Amino acid sequence: MSLYLFALLAFLTLAGGLGVVSTRNVVHAALYLLLSLLAVAGIYLILFAEFLALVQVLIYGGAVVIVVLFAIMLTRSSEYPRISDNRQWPLALVAALGLLGVLAAAFLAAPIQITQLQSPDFTALSGSLFTKWAVPFEIASLVLLVALIGAIIIARAGKNER
Amino acid sequence: MAPLVYFQILSAALFVIGLYGVLARRSAVLVVMSIELMLNAVNINLIAAASHLEGQGRFLNFDGHIIAIFVITIAAAEIGLALAIILRMYRNRATVDVDEINLMKW
Repeated sequence: MSLYLFALLAFLTLAGGLGVVSTRNVVHAALYLLLSLLAVAGIYLILFAEFLALVQVLIYGGAVVIVVLFAIMLTRSSEYPRISDNRQWPLALVAALGLLGVLAAAFLAAPIQITQLQSPDFTALSGSLFTKWAVPFEIASLVLLVALIGAIIIARAGKNER
Repeated sequence: MAPLVYFQILSAALFVIGLYGVLARRSAVLVVMSIELMLNAVNINLIAAASHLEGQGRFLNFDGHIIAIFVITIAAAEIGLALAIILRMYRNRATVDVDEINLMKW
């Protein structure tokens, strides 16, 4: 049962990813990205990581895709259909398939046959996050703050434009 | 339940798709989207390994989930900055084609 669920979600994830890298229409690419990210949230659910699935839907499905759509609409120009792939795409394909071969060989060479899953409840996760990982947590929040203030400053119009 | 190898292969495939997108696409927005795909592939790998190894009782601290949360945080910061830079680039150069942004290219 869960194997069929995994197959379905893996298919949706990879189909969304292939849609992102193959479609000519940028808005369609953003929607394929949404499909792929929500399927990844489903993958987290069958791994019993409910909190991560929730965060995935909220941040990626809610925030990231909307921000990407905003960026597409703010930069919309007639050139998007013209911009497709660059000339080195066969090289990129070779590099990607080569890396896939290496990774798959490495994973298949030493398969870990565990079928029993264990995932944290909220209490264990937050306990670990705020004790063992407290300093990285604070640094991450600082990074997020600085990055978003920096984004506002970069995107703001300068004095001599408009 | 699906064994860990399936999740690892899925993660590798998604990562490779994102890599192809980063290398082959010319629109800057599409490059950023492909980077998001790669980060998600890494997260699948982290969470699958964490859940399976916890299930075996090998580790009991759920570090993989925590690191995945950090990856999501950094990804959010990264996409905010990247899209701000793309907006700036579009305003100054009227293009989002990364092949034409070659001022600093040797």
